[in-house]
Amino acid sequence: MLGLLRRDLTLAFRAGGGFGLSLAFFLIFATLVPFGVGPETMVLETIAPGILWLGALLACLLSLDRIFQLDWEDGTLDLLATAPVPLEGVAAMKALGHWITTGLPLVLAAPVLGLLLNLPLPAYPWLLASLAAGTPALSAIGTFGAALTVGIKRGGLLLSLLVLPLYVPTLIFGALAVIRGAEGQDATTPLILLAGITLGSLATLPFAAAAALRVNLR
Amino acid sequence: MASLWEYANPRKFMTVSGALLPWVWGIAAVCLVGGLVWGFFFTPNDFRQGSTVKIIYVHVPSAIMAVNAWFMMLITSLIWLIRRHHVSALAAKAAAPVGMVFTLIALLTGAIWGQPMWGTWWEWDPRLTSFLILFLFYLGYMALWEAVDNPDAAADLTAVLCLVGTVFAVISRYALVFWNQGLHQGATLSLDAEQNIADVFWYPLITALAGFGFLFLALVLYRTRTEIRARRLKALIAQERMA
Amino acid sequence: MPDLGQYAIEVLSAYAASILLLLVIVIASVWKARRVLRRLSDVEERRGKTP
Repeated sequence: MLGLLRRDLTLAFRAGGGFGLSLAFFLIFATLVPFGVGPETMVLETIAPGILWLGALLACLLSLDRIFQLDWEDGTLDLLATAPVPLEGVAAMKALGHWITTGLPLVLAAPVLGLLLNLPLPAYPWLLASLAAGTPALSAIGTFGAALTVGIKRGGLLLSLLVLPLYVPTLIFGALAVIRGAEGQDATTPLILLAGITLGSLATLPFAAAAALRVNLR
Repeated sequence: MASLWEYANPRKFMTVSGALLPWVWGIAAVCLVGGLVWGFFFTPNDFRQGSTVKIIYVHVPSAIMAVNAWFMMLITSLIWLIRRHHVSALAAKAAAPVGMVFTLIALLTGAIWGQPMWGTWWEWDPRLTSFLILFLFYLGYMALWEAVDNPDAAADLTAVLCLVGTVFAVISRYALVFWNQGLHQGATLSLDAEQNIADVFWYPLITALAGFGFLFLALVLYRTRTEIRARRLKALIAQERMA
Repeated sequence: MPDLGQYAIEVLSAYAASILLLLVIVIASVWKARRVLRRLSDVEERRGKTP
């Protein structure tokens, strides 16, 4: 399983694709927002938490179809299904790989973009904490969505339609934690609920993803 | 009493549902027309809400049935996953568009009702928002059915999606309550007044609810029959190609 | 026709929209059922046997 993770990471770093792209998307997204809503710092200050979370979510979404698509096309997935590693483990490792290549860079880049959007100072620790706690859920849910749509040609749009409603609770609690932090309040409650969603997703969704993969490989 | 699973046999299902359908359509029509006419023409106006209270006879039943339709899909999906009865999977497929239309009715009438009462078409109230999310779930579910070619694989994938979607829809419902309370207190927009609603409003409401319920049943039975025929058609065409 | 007062437009449009949507789903179902049934009977006739 670790070998699989190492392979995924190597591929992501070497292929020149995947790795930097979602980060660049996040940057561009945050840059475009002031053009859309105007440069008033007051406005930016109020919407910054939501924008940062939305940007992270969309950046995650865009890289989802890479999770299984390439392995599906070249037949690696069939080999993995017959390998001694359980398919649930494969799904979990894929989610982890996706998080390391997408979620983690987003968490680290978010404070810099927070500066651009004039995010209030007390919100930064909450921003980091909520993204760190929430992005694994995004990866796990996204892996499930990618497993559902792996056999479908041009499934990208369908994938978004399926995954975005599932992202709602994560987004609500994540953005809420940052908003409360920005207002100088204590944001422990939404953060704990967010962590609950993440843990629940990590525990259950690999099984659902593996079930979907088995159907698609049948 | 024969086993319930007997009706999972497509042929048996076709005979029974065929015999049952005219009755169900009839009851649905009587209850629906009866409830709506009763509610529209023969109920007094509310002293605060004026005549807009009449919207309740389409709004509440459609909202209740929209949620129930999803639960029906959840149960039939589970039956499909556990016992592999094709009729069950097809019933879930047949129910989705009906549930989606009910959700849409609930949203539309809610918006129209909200305009004069709250002064806005749309309020990010937890209840309204969760219906919007339910609508998105219906869309995704139906899109997945359409996208997968192999019918059994489509049934499996949508069933798994339905299970996961249910869990997340419930979480969203509670997350939204939390979210809204965090943003604005007060402004209770819910229909909790229903609890002490007077009998004059209650009986037509119940009749309309029965009407929507039977209409749902009729539509699901009818559409499931169509799906079974469509499946048979597909099988026959495939056989001809092979021959 | 009951007196709907100042909210006549809202109430009527709510009812109209609901009934319209219900009609749409019913007609769509019937239409699809007819089409499938017709095609199925075509194929079955061609194969010269009844189910």
